[in-house]
Amino acid sequence: MLQRILSNDQPRSRVLAVLLLAVFVALALTPFIVPGVKALNVAAKILVFIVLVASFDLLLGYTGIVSFAHTMFFGIGAYGVAIASTRMGPGWSSILTGLVVALALSFVLALLVGLFSLRVRAIFFSMITLAVAAAFQTLASQLSDLTGGEDGLTFKMPEILSPSWQLFEEPVLGVAIDGRFVAYYLLFVAALVLFLAMLRIVNSPFGRVLQAIRENEFRAEAIGYRVVYFRTMSSILSALFATLAGAMLAIWLRYNGPDTSLSFEIMLDVLLIVVIGGMGTIYGAAIGSGIFVVAQSYLQDLLKHGSDAASGLPWLAALLSPDRWLLWLGLLFVLSVYYFPTGIVGRLRAARSAA
Amino acid sequence: MNFKDLDWKPLALVPLLALLVLPFIGSGATWLTLTVAGLAMGMIIFIIASGLTLVFGLMDVLNFGHGVFIALGAFVATSVLGSMGDYTGSESLLKNLLAVLPAMVVAMLVAGALGLAFERFIVRPVYGNHLKQILITMGGMIIGEELIKVIWGPLQIPLPLPQAMRGSIFVGDANIEKYRIMAVIVGLVVFAVLWLVLTRTKIGLLIRAGVQDREMVESLGYRIKVLFIGVFVVGSALAGLGGVMWGLYQQNVIPQMGAQVNVLIFIVLIIGGLGSTTGALIGALLVGLMANYTGFLVPKAALFSNIALMMAILLWRPQGVYALGK
Repeated sequence: MLQRILSNDQPRSRVLAVLLLAVFVALALTPFIVPGVKALNVAAKILVFIVLVASFDLLLGYTGIVSFAHTMFFGIGAYGVAIASTRMGPGWSSILTGLVVALALSFVLALLVGLFSLRVRAIFFSMITLAVAAAFQTLASQLSDLTGGEDGLTFKMPEILSPSWQLFEEPVLGVAIDGRFVAYYLLFVAALVLFLAMLRIVNSPFGRVLQAIRENEFRAEAIGYRVVYFRTMSSILSALFATLAGAMLAIWLRYNGPDTSLSFEIMLDVLLIVVIGGMGTIYGAAIGSGIFVVAQSYLQDLLKHGSDAASGLPWLAALLSPDRWLLWLGLLFVLSVYYFPTGIVGRLRAARSAA
Repeated sequence: MNFKDLDWKPLALVPLLALLVLPFIGSGATWLTLTVAGLAMGMIIFIIASGLTLVFGLMDVLNFGHGVFIALGAFVATSVLGSMGDYTGSESLLKNLLAVLPAMVVAMLVAGALGLAFERFIVRPVYGNHLKQILITMGGMIIGEELIKVIWGPLQIPLPLPQAMRGSIFVGDANIEKYRIMAVIVGLVVFAVLWLVLTRTKIGLLIRAGVQDREMVESLGYRIKVLFIGVFVVGSALAGLGGVMWGLYQQNVIPQMGAQVNVLIFIVLIIGGLGSTTGALIGALLVGLMANYTGFLVPKAALFSNIALMMAILLWRPQGVYALGK
């Protein structure tokens, strides 16, 4: 049974299995074990990132395509829910409408970018997506009638997902069963289903062809697979999953703006998580997102301490300033590309097969 | 080069674009103003892009961190020019040049030195692997940008033009800023030097041969690795120079400018064909002109016009206008 759920892709390392279980249990029980708004927000962000990063890994890790336009699809999903909820008023039908329209738009855009990139060399593709993503971000901030411009959109969710809604008067097991609680578990179930769906995709025959293309495009073509078709399908699937992740983000935050879902920093975060977690392993997305988001949320506090401690040395204090956390992430990124090209998951699996 | 073999069609694109928009703009004076502004912007972009195209053509390294050298050059210029207030504030063009030239030289030296370190620590471990190159140079750019914030602070810094380079001259009714003329001159000088070095010297011969067939040049006994590192340093230094020009053009610098300019450079290189210097020049001029024309005609479409231009060119020649044969 478990085998079928995991699509026959077991963790293949005891440590990895324990880690995965820990992430799963922690996320499943967050509202019960760690009280407080910040912890719940961090957990929700991890759920969104697991889906987003896994969808990017479909493209980067399994097909070997470097795209910088992934946040574009993430943003389309978030704006879809945001715009529909603003225009049509809060309700399930507006979420659904926004989602369908966003998915359709992502499909068309991914198809266009995918088809276009077939005409050019692989390395052009990365550069083109970088330009397209920048243009899309500008577009989103300029169409202020629709997107709220730089200010973004604040909107309401259906009754049952809003914080004011309460199922019981009294807390259950010390936890108030309110709208946030329901929203969190909605995200949890969505993330779990989407994660397992992506695991299913990469372990299907289709996923194997993607890996073949990644390893040797020429041979894959020679065996008789139409590389063009598989590449485009991979781009589209990855875009659709990213759109869903965007919708999850909007449902949780009840807000969306260019910096929230379209900024280049999110793209960097995603790249970083994929590399740290391990490219070409959907599990890497779960482990990486867990570690990264927790680190990101608490690293700034840690740097604050370091900066205060080094206040005697202005240079060191400036380097350790909480505003400079990206510097340390960048360093971590370079070092992991350098020393851990297979990421945490790859390392753990290699350690096991060597033993 | 034999003139019979010259592929003239891409060369015709620039004047063609300029003439095509003339009826839309209507006024000849406005058109001239915009065209000169576009050419000047194009020349600055070319200075930045030429370094990257050399690096890619030669070493097959796609440096996504090229932008950081641009930002570094511009920030070094703010420090140098800031400490030479007597010279920049003077009305004499000669004194102004005595301030700007050292700023350029220092910026090039610093950017070149950083380029050397960048090649050694960031790029060298990942030769021959495009995926890792993209990832790791991206990481290098993040680090560089953050270090700039540590040294110069995270805020925008003004970089005013020296006194005598401000203002504009009038040709008929057309208003032509003095600095733009200077940008065109510097750009032409860089192009001429690059072209002469690449086609008329032995080093240029070796570089071009190395692009075509690295192993052959090595087996002839030349240490091509040293040559390549030199090219990387020169490419970074050119980006530093471009950064000074770009900073003076915008009259202010921000730490994120590298990433912003990166997008423009990539569009230019894709249009020109990766690795081609002439292609980069044509691409840069087209992008500069397009940005200024659309900025005047339909301001909201400025960034998209560049992407539309790139798409159109790629539909015509998928490898860029001057594709290298590899």
